[in-house]
Amino acid sequence: MSDQKKYQRYERQVILKNFGIQAQDKLFYAKILVIGAGGLGCPALQYLSAAGVGKIGIVDFDVVELTNLQRQTLYTVNDIGKPKAITAAEKLKLFNPETQYLVYQTKIEPKNALEIIEEYDLVIDGSDNFATRYLVNDACVLLHKPLVYGAILRYEGQVGVFNMPDKNSGYTANYRDLFPLPSNPATVPSCNEAGVLGVLPAIIGGFQAAEAIKICTGIGEPLCNKILSCNVLNNSFYEFNISPSKESSSYIPSTKEAFKNYNYEWFCSPGNPVNEITPAEFDDLRKREQLIIIDVREEDELPLVNEFRYTQIPLSRFKEAALEISTENKIVVFCKSGKRSVTAVNALLKKYPNIVAYSLKGGIDNWKMYEHSNLKNSSPIQL
Amino acid sequence: MEINVLAFGQVADITGKTSWKVPLVKTTNELNQQLIKSYPQLQSTTYLIAVNKKIIQESVELNTDDTVALLPPFSGG
Repeated sequence: MSDQKKYQRYERQVILKNFGIQAQDKLFYAKILVIGAGGLGCPALQYLSAAGVGKIGIVDFDVVELTNLQRQTLYTVNDIGKPKAITAAEKLKLFNPETQYLVYQTKIEPKNALEIIEEYDLVIDGSDNFATRYLVNDACVLLHKPLVYGAILRYEGQVGVFNMPDKNSGYTANYRDLFPLPSNPATVPSCNEAGVLGVLPAIIGGFQAAEAIKICTGIGEPLCNKILSCNVLNNSFYEFNISPSKESSSYIPSTKEAFKNYNYEWFCSPGNPVNEITPAEFDDLRKREQLIIIDVREEDELPLVNEFRYTQIPLSRFKEAALEISTENKIVVFCKSGKRSVTAVNALLKKYPNIVAYSLKGGIDNWKMYEHSNLKNSSPIQL
Repeated sequence: MEINVLAFGQVADITGKTSWKVPLVKTTNELNQQLIKSYPQLQSTTYLIAVNKKIIQESVELNTDDTVALLPPFSGG
């Protein structure tokens, strides 16, 4: 490709003062991993792809749902039920075929995280749960990779850059310096439960893409060791400066081996008294006895379940409806990710202390993944 | 002799406001205890404390017109 043609598409940023061909060339060689192709991931991916980033990795195991479309703008109604990561990559390939896309249709876990992240210069965290956030943070600390953090809820969002020294102090901070240990998940609402304004992730995900571009090209001042908080209701921005602390870094697994054996799911649900069963245990129990299986997801949530019979009682109506549940059989409650089912089991146990009730660990997503695990391949698909 | 308090996310849900003033107290610990007394739900909520935008790990002294911000973790993406 002639030089003129190579830069033509990016002309509007190449002509920028302090950007130029030099910064564009850096983007051509940049390798960025986006974890989560959801609310934050969609806008970040679109702008990184549009900017001409050379290689983009996309990690997501989830499928597109109708309720995602309000904010996850890479997907259409025709994509409902399709896996997000590959669907996103196919769309991006149309927007910018010059970028190489690597699709990891898998859950990021201690056993695969280091291997995946190692391939990239920088990571964007667009995940939607604390277990993944702590896992990604710790992996990036161990591998010395800059991490562009972003998180959202309702009308508020946060963005920041970890593991990257700022110009003045030279030190690096990370998520553990903000919140060394996870809080009780019951006290922190998720977007599924608390809602989120559709345009908010576009603002925060856009910020994350901007930070990633700044870091890869070396322009401007990235939000190193800072968290920028934004509230779209009153247009307020507030900056927090983070100092690294010895105590918080002591919580990070000290070696790669220790990291691989760290149970982030358990770590992020401390003091959880609810009995959880794994997908394997659940399948075994279903074979052996008659169970009452309850789905506490809201109506229309995906994936659809037609492998076994169950009753649907959305968590929002659980308190009234649960009174009618027969308690003679063992009860297994599931939701999407295994969080709301814990709340439901707790509510059941409060009402009927003598019943045997379990929460399906990792939710129906985890069960589906277990069921299909023989067909799955953890190496990336290249587009 | 006052200090400014800013609340974010779930902390603002509990306090019912995002920004207000309180009479000056000596330390962040003392302020936190007062806040928990006024809003008992804060006791079971995780949040970090920043004084004049700097996140603190241990209690620090407060001065008049300082701004204390209370930021809870967000997990949504």
